[in-house]
Amino acid sequence: MADEKENNGEKKYKYSIIIPTYNERLNIAIIVYLIFKHLRDVDFEIVVVDDGSPDGTQEIVMQLQKLYGEDRILLRARAKKLGLGTAYIHGLKYASGDFVVIMDADLSHHPKYLPSFIKKQLETNASIVTGTRYVKGGGVHGWNLMRKLTSRGANVLAQTFLWPGVSDLTGSFRLYKKEVLEDVISSCVSKGYVFQMEMIVRASRKGYQIEEVPITFVDRVFGTSKLGGSEIVEYLKGLVYLLLTT
Amino acid sequence: MKHIIKILSLLVAISAFWIGLLQAAIVPRSHTWLLPVYFVVSLGCYGLLMVGVGLMQFPTCPQEAVLLQKDITEAKDYFKHKGVDVGSD
Repeated sequence: MADEKENNGEKKYKYSIIIPTYNERLNIAIIVYLIFKHLRDVDFEIVVVDDGSPDGTQEIVMQLQKLYGEDRILLRARAKKLGLGTAYIHGLKYASGDFVVIMDADLSHHPKYLPSFIKKQLETNASIVTGTRYVKGGGVHGWNLMRKLTSRGANVLAQTFLWPGVSDLTGSFRLYKKEVLEDVISSCVSKGYVFQMEMIVRASRKGYQIEEVPITFVDRVFGTSKLGGSEIVEYLKGLVYLLLTT
Repeated sequence: MKHIIKILSLLVAISAFWIGLLQAAIVPRSHTWLLPVYFVVSLGCYGLLMVGVGLMQFPTCPQEAVLLQKDITEAKDYFKHKGVDVGSD
Protein backbone atom coordinates (compact mmCIF):
# COMPACT_ATOMS: atom_id res chain seq x y z
CA MET A 1 0.00 0.00 0.00
CA ALA A 2 2.62 2.49 -1.08
CA ASP A 3 0.24 5.01 -2.54
CA GLU A 4 -1.89 5.61 0.55
CA LYS A 5 -2.70 9.25 0.95
CA GLU A 6 -3.69 11.08 4.09
CA ASN A 7 -6.87 13.06 3.71
CA ASN A 8 -8.47 14.72 6.76
CA GLY A 9 -6.72 12.14 8.90
CA GLU A 10 -8.38 9.31 6.98
CA LYS A 11 -6.53 6.96 4.71
CA LYS A 12 -7.59 7.15 1.09
CA TYR A 13 -7.62 3.75 -0.50
CA LYS A 14 -7.57 2.86 -4.14
CA TYR A 15 -10.17 0.54 -5.63
CA SER A 16 -9.74 -1.60 -8.73
CA ILE A 17 -12.95 -2.64 -10.44
CA ILE A 18 -12.46 -5.76 -12.56
CA ILE A 19 -15.10 -6.33 -15.22
CA PRO A 20 -14.84 -9.38 -17.48
CA THR A 21 -16.59 -8.84 -20.81
CA TYR A 22 -17.65 -10.85 -23.81
CA ASN A 23 -19.79 -9.05 -26.40
CA GLU A 24 -20.81 -6.25 -24.04
CA ARG A 25 -20.21 -3.31 -26.41
CA LEU A 26 -23.11 -1.18 -25.24
CA ASN A 27 -23.23 -2.40 -21.65
CA ILE A 28 -19.59 -1.67 -20.90
CA ALA A 29 -20.00 1.95 -22.01
CA ILE A 30 -23.05 2.42 -19.81
CA ILE A 31 -21.46 0.74 -16.84
CA VAL A 32 -18.32 2.89 -17.11
CA TYR A 33 -20.47 6.03 -17.30
CA LEU A 34 -22.41 4.96 -14.20
CA ILE A 35 -19.26 4.07 -12.24
CA PHE A 36 -17.83 7.53 -12.88
CA LYS A 37 -21.17 9.05 -11.95
CA HIS A 38 -21.47 7.25 -8.62
CA LEU A 39 -17.83 7.23 -7.50
CA ARG A 40 -16.91 10.89 -7.71
CA ASP A 41 -14.65 11.25 -4.68
CA VAL A 42 -13.06 7.83 -4.83
CA ASP A 43 -9.67 6.85 -6.23
CA PHE A 44 -10.40 3.98 -8.57
CA GLU A 45 -9.48 2.27 -11.82
CA ILE A 46 -11.53 0.01 -14.06
CA VAL A 47 -9.84 -3.12 -15.41
CA VAL A 48 -11.75 -4.51 -18.40
CA VAL A 49 -10.81 -8.10 -19.21
CA ASP A 50 -12.23 -8.75 -22.65
CA ASP A 51 -12.14 -12.27 -24.05
CA GLY A 52 -11.75 -11.35 -27.71
CA SER A 53 -15.32 -10.15 -28.27
CA PRO A 54 -16.15 -10.05 -31.98
CA ASP A 55 -18.70 -7.24 -31.50
CA GLY A 56 -16.17 -4.45 -31.04
CA THR A 57 -16.23 -4.23 -27.25
CA GLN A 58 -12.51 -3.43 -27.25
CA GLU A 59 -12.88 -0.53 -29.71
CA ILE A 60 -15.51 0.98 -27.43
CA VAL A 61 -13.25 0.55 -24.41
CA MET A 62 -10.44 2.32 -26.29
CA GLN A 63 -12.78 5.22 -27.01
CA LEU A 64 -13.71 5.31 -23.33
CA GLN A 65 -10.00 5.37 -22.47
CA LYS A 66 -9.59 8.50 -24.60
CA LEU A 67 -12.54 10.10 -22.84
CA TYR A 68 -11.74 9.19 -19.24
CA GLY A 69 -7.99 8.53 -19.35
CA GLU A 70 -5.90 5.42 -19.84
CA ASP A 71 -4.94 5.41 -16.18
CA ARG A 72 -8.61 5.16 -15.15
CA ILE A 73 -9.68 2.49 -17.62
CA LEU A 74 -7.31 -0.39 -18.30
CA LEU A 75 -8.01 -2.75 -21.18
CA ARG A 76 -6.37 -6.09 -20.58
CA ALA A 77 -7.75 -8.34 -23.30
CA ARG A 78 -7.27 -12.04 -23.85
CA ALA A 79 -7.31 -13.78 -27.20
CA LYS A 80 -10.34 -15.98 -26.67
CA LYS A 81 -13.02 -17.00 -24.21
CA LEU A 82 -11.19 -18.56 -21.28
CA GLY A 83 -13.69 -18.50 -18.44
CA LEU A 84 -14.64 -16.27 -15.55
CA GLY A 85 -12.23 -17.49 -12.86
CA THR A 86 -9.15 -16.98 -14.99
CA ALA A 87 -10.51 -13.61 -16.13
CA TYR A 88 -10.35 -12.40 -12.53
CA ILE A 89 -6.83 -13.80 -12.08
CA HIS A 90 -5.81 -12.05 -15.30
CA GLY A 91 -7.35 -8.72 -14.23
CA LEU A 92 -5.88 -9.03 -10.75
CA LYS A 93 -2.35 -9.07 -12.19
CA TYR A 94 -2.86 -5.50 -13.41
CA ALA A 95 -4.92 -4.17 -10.49
CA SER A 96 -3.07 -1.55 -8.47
CA GLY A 97 -5.75 -0.88 -5.85
CA ASP A 98 -5.85 -1.83 -2.18
CA PHE A 99 -9.29 -3.27 -2.81
CA VAL A 100 -10.73 -5.13 -5.77
CA VAL A 101 -14.37 -5.04 -6.80
CA ILE A 102 -15.64 -7.69 -9.17
CA MET A 103 -18.87 -7.17 -11.03
CA ASP A 104 -20.71 -8.37 -14.14
CA ALA A 105 -20.78 -6.22 -17.25
CA ASP A 106 -24.37 -7.03 -18.20
CA LEU A 107 -25.95 -4.23 -16.09
CA SER A 108 -27.50 -6.70 -13.66
CA HIS A 109 -25.10 -5.17 -11.14
CA HIS A 110 -25.71 -1.45 -10.80
CA PRO A 111 -22.69 0.77 -9.97
CA LYS A 112 -24.87 2.87 -7.67
CA TYR A 113 -24.28 0.27 -4.97
CA LEU A 114 -20.50 0.70 -5.06
CA PRO A 115 -20.50 3.46 -2.40
CA SER A 116 -22.38 1.19 0.02
CA PHE A 117 -19.81 -1.60 -0.51
CA ILE A 118 -16.98 0.84 0.23
CA LYS A 119 -18.78 2.34 3.23
CA LYS A 120 -19.54 -1.09 4.71
CA GLN A 121 -15.91 -2.13 4.33
CA LEU A 122 -14.62 1.05 5.99
CA GLU A 123 -17.09 0.64 8.86
CA THR A 124 -16.40 -3.02 9.58
CA ASN A 125 -12.89 -3.53 8.13
CA ALA A 126 -14.28 -6.70 6.55
CA SER A 127 -12.09 -8.73 4.20
CA ILE A 128 -14.99 -9.24 1.83
CA VAL A 129 -18.21 -7.33 1.27
CA THR A 130 -20.69 -9.30 -0.80
CA GLY A 131 -23.89 -8.06 -2.40
CA THR A 132 -27.00 -9.98 -1.45
CA ARG A 133 -30.31 -10.01 -3.26
CA TYR A 134 -32.19 -11.86 -0.55
CA VAL A 135 -32.49 -9.33 2.27
CA LYS A 136 -34.55 -6.21 2.91
CA GLY A 137 -33.57 -3.52 0.43
CA GLY A 138 -32.37 -6.10 -2.08
CA GLY A 139 -34.31 -7.85 -4.81
CA VAL A 140 -34.48 -9.34 -8.24
CA HIS A 141 -36.31 -8.21 -11.34
CA GLY A 142 -37.02 -10.16 -14.49
CA TRP A 143 -37.18 -13.72 -13.16
CA ASN A 144 -40.11 -16.01 -13.83
CA LEU A 145 -41.56 -18.39 -11.24
CA MET A 146 -39.35 -21.28 -12.38
CA ARG A 147 -36.21 -19.19 -12.04
CA LYS A 148 -37.23 -18.03 -8.57
CA LEU A 149 -38.06 -21.59 -7.50
CA THR A 150 -34.69 -22.88 -8.71
CA SER A 151 -32.91 -20.06 -6.96
CA ARG A 152 -34.69 -20.62 -3.64
CA GLY A 153 -34.20 -24.39 -3.82
CA ALA A 154 -30.52 -23.97 -4.56
CA ASN A 155 -30.18 -21.54 -1.69
CA VAL A 156 -31.95 -23.78 0.85
CA LEU A 157 -29.78 -26.74 -0.19
CA ALA A 158 -26.60 -24.72 0.19
CA GLN A 159 -27.65 -23.21 3.53
CA THR A 160 -28.60 -26.65 4.89
CA PHE A 161 -25.47 -28.49 3.80
CA LEU A 162 -22.71 -25.89 3.65
CA TRP A 163 -23.53 -23.41 6.47
CA PRO A 164 -21.74 -20.69 4.54
CA GLY A 165 -22.67 -17.77 6.77
CA VAL A 166 -23.85 -15.59 3.88
CA SER A 167 -27.35 -15.33 2.42
CA ASP A 168 -26.46 -15.04 -1.28
CA LEU A 169 -23.85 -17.54 -2.44
CA THR A 170 -24.04 -17.22 -6.19
CA GLY A 171 -24.12 -13.45 -6.39
CA SER A 172 -20.96 -12.11 -7.97
CA PHE A 173 -21.01 -8.44 -7.02
CA ARG A 174 -18.29 -8.31 -4.36
CA LEU A 175 -15.54 -6.20 -2.87
CA TYR A 176 -12.36 -7.92 -1.66
CA LYS A 177 -9.21 -6.80 0.05
CA LYS A 178 -6.73 -7.39 -2.74
CA GLU A 179 -4.55 -9.86 -0.82
CA VAL A 180 -7.66 -11.78 0.28
CA LEU A 181 -8.86 -12.16 -3.29
CA GLU A 182 -5.40 -13.33 -4.35
CA ASP A 183 -5.37 -15.88 -1.54
CA VAL A 184 -8.88 -17.23 -2.11
CA ILE A 185 -8.80 -17.26 -5.90
CA SER A 186 -5.67 -19.41 -5.98
CA SER A 187 -7.49 -22.24 -4.20
CA CYS A 188 -10.59 -22.18 -6.39
CA VAL A 189 -10.92 -24.56 -9.33
CA SER A 190 -14.62 -24.37 -10.28
CA LYS A 191 -15.95 -22.82 -13.45
CA GLY A 192 -18.74 -20.36 -14.14
CA TYR A 193 -21.64 -20.27 -11.75
CA VAL A 194 -20.15 -22.54 -9.10
CA PHE A 195 -16.98 -20.45 -9.03
CA GLN A 196 -18.74 -17.63 -7.14
CA MET A 197 -20.04 -20.09 -4.58
CA GLU A 198 -16.64 -21.73 -4.15
CA MET A 199 -14.99 -18.34 -3.62
CA ILE A 200 -17.28 -17.30 -0.79
CA VAL A 201 -17.38 -20.73 0.90
CA ARG A 202 -13.58 -21.05 0.86
CA ALA A 203 -13.20 -17.50 2.16
CA SER A 204 -15.65 -18.28 4.95
CA ARG A 205 -13.76 -21.48 5.88
CA LYS A 206 -10.47 -19.61 5.91
CA GLY A 207 -11.98 -17.38 8.57
CA TYR A 208 -12.14 -14.13 6.63
CA GLN A 209 -14.69 -11.63 7.88
CA ILE A 210 -17.51 -11.34 5.35
CA GLU A 211 -20.15 -8.61 5.44
CA GLU A 212 -23.22 -8.18 3.27
CA VAL A 213 -24.94 -5.23 1.63
CA PRO A 214 -28.31 -5.37 -0.12
CA ILE A 215 -28.26 -5.06 -3.91
CA THR A 216 -30.94 -5.29 -6.55
CA PHE A 217 -30.49 -7.46 -9.58
CA VAL A 218 -32.16 -6.59 -12.87
CA ASP A 219 -31.71 -9.52 -15.23
CA ARG A 220 -30.03 -8.88 -18.56
CA VAL A 221 -31.43 -5.87 -20.39
CA PHE A 222 -29.41 -6.25 -23.59
CA GLY A 223 -28.23 -9.54 -25.01
CA THR A 224 -29.33 -13.02 -24.07
CA SER A 225 -29.12 -14.60 -20.64
CA LYS A 226 -26.30 -17.06 -20.28
CA LEU A 227 -28.20 -19.38 -17.93
CA GLY A 228 -29.05 -22.84 -19.27
CA GLY A 229 -30.72 -26.02 -18.03
CA SER A 230 -27.46 -27.85 -17.37
CA GLU A 231 -26.73 -25.20 -14.73
CA ILE A 232 -28.74 -27.16 -12.17
CA VAL A 233 -26.60 -30.28 -12.67
CA GLU A 234 -23.45 -28.15 -12.48
CA TYR A 235 -24.73 -26.54 -9.29
CA LEU A 236 -25.43 -29.89 -7.60
CA LYS A 237 -22.01 -31.19 -8.62
CA GLY A 238 -20.47 -28.04 -7.19
CA LEU A 239 -22.38 -28.47 -3.94
CA VAL A 240 -21.09 -32.03 -3.47
CA TYR A 241 -17.58 -30.92 -4.43
CA LEU A 242 -17.61 -28.17 -1.80
CA LEU A 243 -19.09 -30.54 0.78
CA LEU A 244 -16.15 -32.90 0.27
CA THR A 245 -13.32 -30.41 -0.09
CA THR A 246 -14.01 -27.50 2.24
CA MET B 1 -11.94 -30.12 9.28
CA LYS B 2 -13.74 -30.94 6.05
CA HIS B 3 -17.35 -29.91 6.16
CA ILE B 4 -18.63 -33.38 5.30
CA ILE B 5 -16.92 -34.68 8.48
CA LYS B 6 -18.87 -32.15 10.56
CA ILE B 7 -22.15 -33.27 9.04
CA LEU B 8 -21.27 -36.96 9.41
CA SER B 9 -20.30 -36.42 13.06
CA LEU B 10 -23.65 -34.80 13.65
CA LEU B 11 -25.39 -37.79 12.05
CA VAL B 12 -23.31 -40.22 14.13
CA ALA B 13 -24.22 -38.33 17.31
CA ILE B 14 -27.91 -38.48 16.42
CA SER B 15 -27.65 -42.22 15.61
CA ALA B 16 -25.87 -42.87 18.91
CA PHE B 17 -28.66 -41.09 20.76
CA TRP B 18 -31.22 -43.16 18.87
CA ILE B 19 -29.47 -46.46 19.60
CA GLY B 20 -29.28 -45.39 23.24
CA LEU B 21 -33.02 -44.82 23.26
CA LEU B 22 -33.57 -48.25 21.67
CA GLN B 23 -31.39 -49.95 24.30
CA ALA B 24 -32.80 -48.08 27.27
CA ALA B 25 -36.39 -48.69 26.14
CA ILE B 26 -37.71 -45.66 28.05
CA VAL B 27 -40.27 -45.13 25.32
CA PRO B 28 -41.89 -48.15 23.64
CA ARG B 29 -39.55 -49.64 21.03
CA SER B 30 -42.12 -49.50 18.25
CA HIS B 31 -42.10 -45.70 18.63
CA THR B 32 -38.31 -45.47 18.73
CA TRP B 33 -38.00 -47.49 15.52
CA LEU B 34 -40.05 -44.88 13.69
CA LEU B 35 -37.94 -41.91 14.83
CA PRO B 36 -35.54 -41.95 11.83
CA VAL B 37 -38.55 -41.86 9.52
CA TYR B 38 -39.88 -38.82 11.38
CA PHE B 39 -36.44 -37.25 11.18
CA VAL B 40 -36.17 -37.63 7.40
CA VAL B 41 -39.76 -36.50 6.87
CA SER B 42 -39.33 -33.42 9.06
CA LEU B 43 -36.07 -32.54 7.30
CA GLY B 44 -37.91 -32.73 3.97
CA CYS B 45 -40.78 -30.63 5.32
CA TYR B 46 -38.31 -28.05 6.60
CA GLY B 47 -36.72 -27.82 3.17
CA LEU B 48 -40.03 -27.47 1.37
CA LEU B 49 -41.23 -24.92 3.92
CA MET B 50 -38.07 -22.83 3.51
CA VAL B 51 -38.40 -22.91 -0.29
CA GLY B 52 -42.09 -21.99 0.02
CA VAL B 53 -41.50 -19.13 2.43
CA GLY B 54 -38.57 -17.91 0.36
CA LEU B 55 -40.69 -17.98 -2.76
CA MET B 56 -43.55 -16.07 -1.12
CA GLN B 57 -41.25 -13.43 0.30
CA PHE B 58 -39.05 -13.29 -2.79
CA PRO B 59 -37.93 -9.67 -2.93
CA THR B 60 -38.64 -8.10 -6.30
CA CYS B 61 -37.77 -4.65 -7.57
CA PRO B 62 -39.76 -3.66 -10.67
CA GLN B 63 -38.97 0.01 -9.98
CA GLU B 64 -35.27 -0.77 -10.43
CA ALA B 65 -35.83 -1.81 -14.04
CA VAL B 66 -37.44 1.58 -14.72
CA LEU B 67 -34.61 3.45 -13.00
CA LEU B 68 -32.05 1.45 -14.98
CA GLN B 69 -33.74 2.37 -18.26
CA LYS B 70 -33.46 6.03 -17.25
CA ASP B 71 -29.76 5.57 -16.46
CA ILE B 72 -29.21 3.88 -19.83
CA THR B 73 -30.86 6.75 -21.69
CA GLU B 74 -28.81 9.24 -19.68
CA ALA B 75 -25.57 7.40 -20.49
CA LYS B 76 -26.42 7.12 -24.19
CA ASP B 77 -27.16 10.85 -24.39
CA TYR B 78 -23.88 11.60 -22.68
CA PHE B 79 -21.88 9.47 -25.12
CA LYS B 80 -23.73 10.91 -28.11
CA HIS B 81 -22.78 14.36 -26.86
CA LYS B 82 -19.14 13.26 -26.42
CA GLY B 83 -19.03 11.63 -29.83
CA VAL B 84 -18.51 8.06 -28.65
CA ASP B 85 -20.35 5.65 -30.91
CA VAL B 86 -21.82 3.03 -28.62
CA GLY B 87 -24.19 1.76 -31.26
CA SER B 88 -27.67 0.53 -30.44
CA ASP B 89 -29.35 -2.81 -29.90
